[in-house]
Amino acid sequence: MEPNTIDPKIPDGDLHEKWDKHRFDLKLVSPANRPRYKIIVVGTGLAGASAAATLSELGYQVEIFCIQDSPRRAHSIAAQGGINAAKNYPNDGDTVWRLFYDTLKGGDFRAREANVYRLAQVANNIIDQCVAQGVPFAREYGGYLANRSFGGAQVSRTFYARGQTGQQLLLGAYSALMKEVNRGNVQIHTRSEMVDLVVEDGIAKGIIVRNLLSGEFTRHAAHCVILATGGYSNVFHLSTNAMVSNCSAIYRAYKKGAFFANPSFTQIHPTCVPRSGHYQSKLTLMSESLRNDGRVWVPTDSEDHRSAEDIPESDRDYFLERQYPSFGNLVPRDVASRAVKNICDAGRGVGPVGQSVYLDFGTAIENQGSQVIEEKYGNLFQMYEEITSDDPYRTPMRIYPASHYTMGGLWVDYNLMSNIAGLFVIGEANFSDHGANRLGASALMQGLADGYFIVPSTVADYLAVQPAIDLDPDRASFRADEHKARGCYADFVTGKGKIPVDDLHHELGAIMWDRVGMSRSAQGLEVAIKQIRQLRGKYRHSACVPGDANDLNEQLEKAGRIADFIDLGELMALDARSREESCGAHFREEHQSSQHEPIRDDTHFQHVALWEYRGENELPEKHLEELEFKWLKPETRSYR
Amino acid sequence: MRFTLRIWRQAQQETTGRFVDFAVEDIPAEMSLLELLDSINRGLILESADPVAFDHDCREGICGMCSLVINGRPHGPGAGTTTCQLYMRSFADGETIVVEPFRADAFPVVKDLIVDRSAFDRIIAAGGYVTVTTGQTPEANDILVAKENAEEAMDAAACIGCGACVAACKNASAMLFVAAKVSHLSLLPQGQPEKSRRVLTMVREMDQSGFGNCSNEAECEAVCPKEISIGHIARMNRQYLFAMLLSGERS
Ligand SMILES: Cc1cc2nc3c(=O)[nH]c(=O)nc-3n(C[C@H](O)[C@H](O)[C@H](O)COP(=O)(O)OP(=O)(O)OC[C@H]3O[C@@H](n4cnc5c(N)ncnc54)[C@H](O)[C@@H]3O)c2cc1C
Ligand code: FES
Repeated sequence: MEPNTIDPKIPDGDLHEKWDKHRFDLKLVSPANRPRYKIIVVGTGLAGASAAATLSELGYQVEIFCIQDSPRRAHSIAAQGGINAAKNYPNDGDTVWRLFYDTLKGGDFRAREANVYRLAQVANNIIDQCVAQGVPFAREYGGYLANRSFGGAQVSRTFYARGQTGQQLLLGAYSALMKEVNRGNVQIHTRSEMVDLVVEDGIAKGIIVRNLLSGEFTRHAAHCVILATGGYSNVFHLSTNAMVSNCSAIYRAYKKGAFFANPSFTQIHPTCVPRSGHYQSKLTLMSESLRNDGRVWVPTDSEDHRSAEDIPESDRDYFLERQYPSFGNLVPRDVASRAVKNICDAGRGVGPVGQSVYLDFGTAIENQGSQVIEEKYGNLFQMYEEITSDDPYRTPMRIYPASHYTMGGLWVDYNLMSNIAGLFVIGEANFSDHGANRLGASALMQGLADGYFIVPSTVADYLAVQPAIDLDPDRASFRADEHKARGCYADFVTGKGKIPVDDLHHELGAIMWDRVGMSRSAQGLEVAIKQIRQLRGKYRHSACVPGDANDLNEQLEKAGRIADFIDLGELMALDARSREESCGAHFREEHQSSQHEPIRDDTHFQHVALWEYRGENELPEKHLEELEFKWLKPETRSYR
Repeated sequence: MRFTLRIWRQAQQETTGRFVDFAVEDIPAEMSLLELLDSINRGLILESADPVAFDHDCREGICGMCSLVINGRPHGPGAGTTTCQLYMRSFADGETIVVEPFRADAFPVVKDLIVDRSAFDRIIAAGGYVTVTTGQTPEANDILVAKENAEEAMDAAACIGCGACVAACKNASAMLFVAAKVSHLSLLPQGQPEKSRRVLTMVREMDQSGFGNCSNEAECEAVCPKEISIGHIARMNRQYLFAMLLSGERS
């Protein structure tokens, strides 16, 4: 059966004018009517906090939820390197068009042209907004804003606040949110987890929430629901994401009918601290900004076991500079990660088990002095030293790729609304504007573009035709969903199993990393699907969750999240299996050139793959959104 | 390595707590303290016992979620680090390590090692921002900020809101936390118009939340994982006095 094609509702007109024209065409809610509408926002990261603050400023009633004890602690806080915008302050030839081009090309032409152009357009407003809030971006001596370079671009367009850009941007959005809390317009629920989405006749009506302190379940109704629950890299068990980052909110929405788009598009970041032992609980990212000055190398001779400092220049292979002379160390992440993996797989890696390569600042320190390097990367160097007890000012860092970001997510149309009416999805949780690979410093840009500037306009268009009726969370649909959720959590704790859920997560991670990670093959994916199904069985019979469902119970929270990760893992493998091409971070071994370069297939796969849930033991149904490129002709990505 | 962990267990806010000892062996020096707690918890889970509840999330020193007083010191022995950045190589083999929650009236214990720090959110809500709405902004480079001021503002803005300053202070004062925000915004031109109002409302909320007074012991600075200077407290005090005088004149 031919898959259905789904319409993303991209407005007509010239690419440059689409968003402006569309904003004029969108319906408005008058200021007097706005307080009669209630909006639920799930997630307080950059996307959720910025959306909630802005919607409240406009006069809507907002209720917002997060898992942590404070909205300020969302995972966005950990972003290090920076945020892109085409201000062209360095006068190095940047334009909105170039940012659009770089982002679309970086994503290997698997993103929607009109969305990416809009993103590039509003990026400059984000910088203005953040500066006005008091975000202390890096400055030049004249008092003007400073920029640096990131991978996949040949201009300097990244704004940053030391190595803590995400922290400062999130504190900006958080402060805007708290300002609205003070006005009494936003109600915050911390330590609260959305456990289900309530849908009536294809329309999102609210959510069911579990209070993580008391275990109590509550029902919340609203005129629309915005999910901003972040990415699902923790499906790999070890990743650079925070420990509670999870897929449950979007996965449960998927089970209620929302399409999941390109689930297998996940990014492996090249520069992370290598793993050290089985007990390890997470991996730490070393920001991509380090590749501005750090040079990646391994000894030319794989038998060369001298320590890094003793190896002379002539015996080093700066393999990124060698393979990609025009972008050098600043090739996009997928390209760098694969190059590192290939070197290590060929037995040329360094470190105790040969699973790492050097990232060396020797040349930079020699040319710029260690003070300048300290100013740029001081806290990152310190962080590295704390973890490894090696001093990067003296010995090169050792790095290895780790899962980091998920380009896949819930499908949304041009208005950021899913196929469920009234369900909007923003930030990393949606299938994003990053196609098959995200460029550095563009997730912060996208999260804030969605939250501050896009969703506030498009939500109005949806609400304008909804009656501002009173909401009743005691309706049958809410009660039924609450009952189901309650039963599901009670079942977890009454199980008689013997295996801690973390161990099962570990097992899932190993399957995903080996077969659904940086390099995939049809055969490997078939094996993965089988193994994941076995793991699901094992989970059902053997998972052990101690304690009580009516109490603070972290194991129980994890049990729910890991069950969803297992299911999502299978969906990712199915998606990767059905995409018979290599594009961006999705590398299929069957589709590569003799030089191991990926081969994309625009004839058959120039589309977004949308998956629709069909029930517990059914295969999901696949639909397509065809990608049209009217303004840029897809080219073969080359960074050589 | 081998250790005894003496961990505070408390079922609920209302119940009384007590220390429980856990002896552990064969611990690699590269393991983090939180990973050691994970492994103790794994043992408890296998015995169907209640695991030790503790807060954590990013595990890289930036979210401010982790807490703990370790051997009497918030965030443990390291300077400029959080609990999640503490590795077992920082302890002596055979050592007994005492692990307790942050203790302060304004931070009640929720369970075991978890405390309620929502008072910090209330203080920020009282005035820790620039009142600007989305879209209401000039072009970014129209606001010039001297590099030194931007750097100093960033030093203060680096606060992760963990509450170690409160836990270290014998008066359980939140002055360093409040001063860091007041200082960050008042060093920037964007923060000027609301400068006086901000310091008054934030200090008022701090007092109402039950935090103690500052008596210049500087324990807060010593344990701050972001090494925020108590110089910011001095700056806030000056602003507070000035704002009080100003409000006196107005009323
Ligand atoms: C270490 C690291 C460094 C990075 N550096 C950069 C960088 O330099 N530049 C860049 O552009 N990008 C960077 N990224 C990527 C970027 O940080 C993220 O993509 C982005 O912050 C995601 O923001 P978000 O608002 O979508 O979600 P998040 O910030 O992940 O927030 C998710 C929110 O949802 C809540 N939540 C989740 N599930 C539920 C539920 N079921 N119920 C209730 N609440 C829920 C959470 O509590 C949280 O509040 C980095 C990522 C990592 C891991
Ligand atoms: S867990 Fe985030 S700072 Fe320690």
